[in-house]
Amino acid sequence: MAALAVENRIWDPAETLSRDSLRALQTRRLGDAVRRAFAVPHYSEALAKLGVSDDDIRSPDDVRRLPFTTKDDLRRTYPLGMLAVPRSAIARVHGSSGTTGKPTFVAYTKRDLETWSGLVARFLVAGGLRSEHLVHIAFGYGLFTGGFGLHYGVERVGAGIVPAAGGNTPRQVMLIRDLGAEVLVCTPSYALHIGEVARAEGLGPGELPLRFGHFGGEPWTEELRLEIERTLGILAFNNYGLSEVIGPGVAGECGARQGMHVSEDHFIVECVDPATLEPVPDGEVGELVFTSLTKEALPVLRYRTRDLASLDRRPCPCGRTGVRMGRVVGRSDDMLIIRGVNVFPSQVEEALLRVEGTAPHYLIEVSRPGALDEAIVKVEVRPGEFSDEMRRLVELRDRIDREIHAVTGVRMTVELVAPNTLERSAGKARRVLDHRRPG
Amino acid sequence: MKIRQLSLFLENRPGQLKVPVKVLGDAGIDVLTMSLADTQQFGILRLVVKDWERARKLLEAAGIVVNVTEVLAVDVPDRPGGLAGVLEAFEKAELGIEYMYAFAASRERGKFATLVFRLEDPDRAAKLLSAGGVKLVSSDELFARAGA
Repeated sequence: MAALAVENRIWDPAETLSRDSLRALQTRRLGDAVRRAFAVPHYSEALAKLGVSDDDIRSPDDVRRLPFTTKDDLRRTYPLGMLAVPRSAIARVHGSSGTTGKPTFVAYTKRDLETWSGLVARFLVAGGLRSEHLVHIAFGYGLFTGGFGLHYGVERVGAGIVPAAGGNTPRQVMLIRDLGAEVLVCTPSYALHIGEVARAEGLGPGELPLRFGHFGGEPWTEELRLEIERTLGILAFNNYGLSEVIGPGVAGECGARQGMHVSEDHFIVECVDPATLEPVPDGEVGELVFTSLTKEALPVLRYRTRDLASLDRRPCPCGRTGVRMGRVVGRSDDMLIIRGVNVFPSQVEEALLRVEGTAPHYLIEVSRPGALDEAIVKVEVRPGEFSDEMRRLVELRDRIDREIHAVTGVRMTVELVAPNTLERSAGKARRVLDHRRPG
Repeated sequence: MKIRQLSLFLENRPGQLKVPVKVLGDAGIDVLTMSLADTQQFGILRLVVKDWERARKLLEAAGIVVNVTEVLAVDVPDRPGGLAGVLEAFEKAELGIEYMYAFAASRERGKFATLVFRLEDPDRAAKLLSAGGVKLVSSDELFARAGA
């Protein structure tokens, strides 16, 4: 059994319900959720077409009788056509950034907001947050669920907040150092960037007051976790969520840090083959699909996340009974097909981190100059590791080349570039430039 | 007897060499000698300047990766076969050469050509080469010759 990285504290007794009690609760709540979904024209039509009603829900497995929901359904019903409550019951609206088109909006009732902050509190407490801590939140505050989601979760626990929001990294470092925050909340790529800026200012690992970090909002790897932990001298925890389901808090790591416990009393999770939509066995990677059980304003039935991960139903040493989801290893729509091989940016990241001497800042550029796809990986050389000898630089490049080939099965051209020349952002890091796609 | 050399990482695309050269020029730092090693994708620019600490700070502030390396400057008789004689001393001392390049013209032209050598262990190499009769040039002498 894995040792726990922090003292095991359970925020909500629901996290340790026996599997039998949990299934009974899920059955009851799923029936209620289906009944409420009939208030949404989109769902009442889809359910009528399938001839399914809440009477058909006799176990959590009956979720499979329900229709799938996609991001396109939310776009089609823009702005709030999936609302299941009167407009006057809306307590808050959040939304996606809309980088791939029109934004999509989601809504919360007052009770939804309470549920949500409770779910965020679960993973924060599981990952070491205590009421006496001060938390530095470097997520953007706005329509994005990260900022406000974490903010109210931290408040629920009773800890203090520095609502720093994104941007101006040297100032973030100053705030952390001067105000003494013990906990950092942001995206993993931004955490690393903060660490690098701190280091450039002479603040090495452990010289900032930070002890824990809760990172989410984008897929990351175990190697990046180690890198962040080394750079900042903290324990880093992973959490998962998406606005369509509720936001951060859908799942989060405990002290065992071997997968994120899904709050199954509020969501039913399935893992399906993105092509056939059939369930995949536990331990195998598939697309995660969530059904909300308690959400009032905008319930979702079988929401296809496009996030690829595996599920683990084995007992966890922490005592929580919620199924654990593994790291998101990619997106079913982010998957690159290079010369017929499926490649995920996370695989390239994994390969890079295996090689000493490269910062995990990289950009994959894919093009098709002739008949064949060509992939170039631009990798920043880390200042401390730059060698004066050409031989060593060529060796470094060749080693990256070999690792990428070993992990992805595809040959890519590796280009070493000067530090800090690839784009950094406080939000989601840009890892892929696909010139084959029009626009 | 060691000389501090600055090595800069450059991407191999137009305009990259100008950046560090301009930084040093604007600061009035005289470059005594330089050498550019390149592959298809990147290059290493090696420079010898008198005030290397200041140069390094300025270059790093301009976002350039700089590595400080210790090299040896050797006076080689400026006649056919001059270098071969010196290399014999290297061979006897079993010293591997990582790279070498010629120094910009000095006042000793006609008598000696000055070469820069990067060796694995500069301290040990300096001792062995001096003992082997090779004429090493100190940084003071080097800068004096160049009038820097």
